[in-house]
Amino acid sequence: MDYPETSGVAASGEYLTFTLGQEEYGIDILKVQEIRGYDTVTKIANAPPFIKGVINLRGVIVPIVDLRIKFNLGNLSYDQFTVVIILNIGKRVMGIVVDGVSDVIQLSADNLRPAPEFGSILDTRYILGLGTVEERMIIVVDIERLMTSQEMSLVESAAD
Amino acid sequence: MSIDMSQFYQVFFEETSEHLASMESLLLNLDVDQPSLEDLNAVFRAAHSIKGGSGTFGFNDMAEVTHVLESLLDRLRKQELALKAEMVDAFLVAGDVLRAQLEHHQGGPDADGDAIAGICARLKQLASGEAAPPPAAVEIAKSVETVVPAAVRRIRLECGLSAKIANVPESVDNLLEALRDVAAVEIKHRPDGQDARLDIVLTTQVDDADLKDALAFYSAPEDISIRPEPEDQGYGFFDDLPAEPAAVDESYGFFVDIPEPASASTSGSQDDAGFGLFDDAPGAPSAEPPQVAPGDSPAAIEGVGYGIYVDAPGGLGLFDDAPGAEFALKSSAPEPFSGKAAAILEAAAKAEAVGRRLADNPTIETAKSGRRDNDKTVSAANTDTSIRVAVEKVDQLINLVGELVITQAMLAEAAGNLDPVLAERILAGIELLSRNTRDMQESVMSIRMLPMSMVFSRFPRVVRDLAGKLNKQVEMKTIGDNTELDKGLIEKITDPMTHLVRNSLDHGIETPEQRIAAGKNPKGTLTLKASHQGGNVVIEVIDDGGGLNRARILEKAKEKGLPVNDGMSDYEVWQLIFAPGFSTADVVTDVSGRGVGMDVVKRNIEGMGGRVELESSPGFGTRTVIRLPLTLAILDGMSVGVGGETFIVPITTVIESLQPRLEDVRTLAGDSRMVHIRGEYLPFISLAEAFGLEGVEDITKGLLVVVEAEEGKAALFVDELLGQQQVVIKSLEANYRKVPGLSGATIMGDGRVAMIIDVSAVTRMGLSQSKRRLAA
Repeated sequence: MDYPETSGVAASGEYLTFTLGQEEYGIDILKVQEIRGYDTVTKIANAPPFIKGVINLRGVIVPIVDLRIKFNLGNLSYDQFTVVIILNIGKRVMGIVVDGVSDVIQLSADNLRPAPEFGSILDTRYILGLGTVEERMIIVVDIERLMTSQEMSLVESAAD
Repeated sequence: MSIDMSQFYQVFFEETSEHLASMESLLLNLDVDQPSLEDLNAVFRAAHSIKGGSGTFGFNDMAEVTHVLESLLDRLRKQELALKAEMVDAFLVAGDVLRAQLEHHQGGPDADGDAIAGICARLKQLASGEAAPPPAAVEIAKSVETVVPAAVRRIRLECGLSAKIANVPESVDNLLEALRDVAAVEIKHRPDGQDARLDIVLTTQVDDADLKDALAFYSAPEDISIRPEPEDQGYGFFDDLPAEPAAVDESYGFFVDIPEPASASTSGSQDDAGFGLFDDAPGAPSAEPPQVAPGDSPAAIEGVGYGIYVDAPGGLGLFDDAPGAEFALKSSAPEPFSGKAAAILEAAAKAEAVGRRLADNPTIETAKSGRRDNDKTVSAANTDTSIRVAVEKVDQLINLVGELVITQAMLAEAAGNLDPVLAERILAGIELLSRNTRDMQESVMSIRMLPMSMVFSRFPRVVRDLAGKLNKQVEMKTIGDNTELDKGLIEKITDPMTHLVRNSLDHGIETPEQRIAAGKNPKGTLTLKASHQGGNVVIEVIDDGGGLNRARILEKAKEKGLPVNDGMSDYEVWQLIFAPGFSTADVVTDVSGRGVGMDVVKRNIEGMGGRVELESSPGFGTRTVIRLPLTLAILDGMSVGVGGETFIVPITTVIESLQPRLEDVRTLAGDSRMVHIRGEYLPFISLAEAFGLEGVEDITKGLLVVVEAEEGKAALFVDELLGQQQVVIKSLEANYRKVPGLSGATIMGDGRVAMIIDVSAVTRMGLSQSKRRLAA
């Protein structure tokens, strides 16, 4: 697969921030199609636990990934406040479950610092950098690379 | 600009394919002994349209072939030649050549040059066959729009003109002028009041038919005699063709008279002229003729040229204030096709207008010409009853309507909780909405539906050619041509059908001798039948041949080491011929017998979600039955509930559902479960287990769905049956990935997603699961 070269420090742009537990994450707003509430999903057989299943998004079958399970964060309740961010990655549509959507922020390249290497669940390969806005730290994620990665097993070729 | 051109090309390609197809079907239906003039004319028109189009777009090779084809057709429809079977064959071959050329222009492989030359020669020879004088006919010239200029020849042309023309010197001038556009003219006798015969020597490249077309308004074709003229020393060749400027009459409008309006021959020649007008004989003079009563003074007839002068020099200004009206058309030699369609419409419109104006004038009869042009306009309008739309647009529409249906279902469900008394109006509205959406869905789905005649129509030709090759007499019948099928399926069904038809002809239907010996009609019958049965389309290929030979099939199967025994049912024996590489034919012909075939047929049809079955009885024939779903996108499914989720089992795979008794379910080797159903032991597969769900544990509380897959039969254990419905297949791979055991997903009426079970895969999974468990 051909990924755009996004490693290192991302160019400035607008980012949608959302929370997972106590952490705040940012993703490129151009990848976001819409934000909606959590609806009943249809389970997929033999899928990893963080893949909640698929939903019917206006006739399109869209897989839903619960990032809270994937990153082991947040409280795993599903209610009317649970938020799903529908992403448009390449030609695919997929949804991620997060604790809440907070803001759209502008981050310039100067505001982004490279993330230190940790043995964390979220590999630094998927982190574009750490941004600081009003004393908040925002983990800017390369959502495209993350969602198409092998460990997400959302995409056929990566999974094999 | 280049994009624009290619757009037009596409239209031309499509139209030409249609013309070729209609030409072929007309030819196949033609009764050689008594050809219907109407059909011949229709074939001619098709050929002519192809010629016109290919000339316009510069596909000169096609124009060349069609021109030769058209010349012969023209003679046939004028009944100068009698139709012969070999001509029909030649026409069909010519159609094939044109199709090959068309494909070549569409980026396909090169058309076979030898075939093209061969068919042209054959057509020319056929055209020259009887009436034409041999020396002239051999060198029938190609028309000017072909790339290679044809040989110049000298001919003597004599024709009788009607008195109306002969009496008016201007008319004669116009006639001569018209000829001078295409030929050098040497006048032997100029018609006048006493002798209406025109006798001239022409030096020209144009062939006889086109000359006659050019003269169509002046004289009936049978009154025209054309024969080769020996070289005249005094004149020699005229190199610069539209010659003799001295003779040019100022009036470019043609003063024309329809000769003998009542006679049948005249109507024929009028027809010619109609065609010739815009695109046939290059430079052929032709005119839309408001009739002028005899005895009118020349001044009264002189009028403004209303026609389309493509390059008439100064013709228009001369008569601007002349009284009366004249409607004339002139197509110019260098650009015979330019603005063809526009010219036709414009001319028709103008002719109508002129006709109306002239109608008030008692000295001028216009009714006839006016009506003719009206006819033309009407026929042009008739061809516009369909529009071409990209399939994606239709598919998008289908998707959207699908969404609408789901939304409507959700609304209806939500409204179900309302108090019927208080919410009477909203409930009535929702009821209406549901009816409208249903109607809308049906009509949108029908856009993709095409009649089976699209498939059937290609077989008369296949059958004809094959029967000829195999020396068999076969009559083909089709039933249910109007049965509609999804476009995608129509495209995919053609190949398997061709295979079955070829098989029937090669192996099924016997030779006439064998048939007579068996006391049957020497002419075999092949029937193609299509019908709707429930949610399926059933297509049958039926022959009244010898039937399948059970003993031979069993023998062959044993040779190939297939598991067979003599006690197998007929149905099972017939299924053997679908095995890969299976052929009972002794001789491999180029038609069939290589043993690649029936297995491919079966695979193709199963790939479409269909089934194929055979029925045969020795001596009476074979019937192949193909069952297909109505569309590729829709599946007839049985919805079952497992652990709170809904799954769809394709109904084509379902044999029966039953409630198992505890004692029917046995274990094999302590683990693998089998279920005993009417003497058969089938693998017992729990869907809940296969998909990791928590389903009903108690066997007596659940249900068994017996399915048949490639691997054989299996019993799927489910919690409950929910119903049977048609579902729209949605891909899981589009946004996710392939999931083992599932062939896709669908959206149910309540908006939820349900998975569609891949029965073969589940059966395999179930089997391997028990093996795994055994190993663990």
